[in-house]
Amino acid sequence: MNANDIIFYLLGAFILVNGILAMTNRKIFRAAIFLLFSLIGVAGLYFWMHVEFVAAVQIIVYVGGIVVLIIFSIFLTQQTGQDMPKPNKMRMLFSALAVLFGAGFTYMLIRNHGFIGDGNNQFDVSPQRIGEQMLDTEQSGYALPFEVISILLLAAMIGSIVIALKSKAQEA
Amino acid sequence: MSPISLNHILFISTALFFIGMYGLFTRRNMITMLMAIELILNSVNINFVAFNKYLWPGNLDGVFFSIFIIAIAAAEAAVAIAIIINIYRNHNSIDVADTEEMKY
Repeated sequence: MNANDIIFYLLGAFILVNGILAMTNRKIFRAAIFLLFSLIGVAGLYFWMHVEFVAAVQIIVYVGGIVVLIIFSIFLTQQTGQDMPKPNKMRMLFSALAVLFGAGFTYMLIRNHGFIGDGNNQFDVSPQRIGEQMLDTEQSGYALPFEVISILLLAAMIGSIVIALKSKAQEA
Repeated sequence: MSPISLNHILFISTALFFIGMYGLFTRRNMITMLMAIELILNSVNINFVAFNKYLWPGNLDGVFFSIFIIAIAAAEAAVAIAIIINIYRNHNSIDVADTEEMKY
């Protein structure tokens, strides 16, 4: 067990513990902060896998964008100091059972499949290579999805502005 | 202990996915349900990158898929929060139990 493995186990424990806390804490603002730490842990896992570009995108978009958006919407809609109502006991019990069985069966499938590959092979994910393939119009290029997703983002932003707009009738 | 293999990373992403599912089942507040969906999307991203790195290192398709998923998640979060704020204005609550006028 070398330093690399120890870092992996620490990152995994960090991600999972913060994820569980984010899903069970009854103060909504604290839940959002735990979610933030869990997402930072996922970015650390990408750094651990030497996929630096995706890690940077993860930090910029999730940590810098989505969590801040969620925190703002919490401030707009909630009494942040109050506890959320406790979920129904039976619902908690049965969803915990369902989740445990689901996770167990899924991990059994993964284990029995026996994936090979040890991660020692060369994996070149330099931003230069990503950028060239992203804007490539040849067979393995991603130019068309790139354009489609830019249209989708534009439509989503305009749509969210229109939805959140106050209508004149409402103000009156 | 054995060195880190693909199974270890898949264990983390499976556990993260089902933690998100638990949140989605038990929470009744729209913002926290949105947070659960973000966790689920993250676990899928980990899977894409890990499969790309361990099983198919010659290509970058998994990395591209995860980048596109992150972009779509950003769009989805923006639209969802706009809808939540609009619901809050109309109902003064973002509990899913209070938004049932389209149910029947």
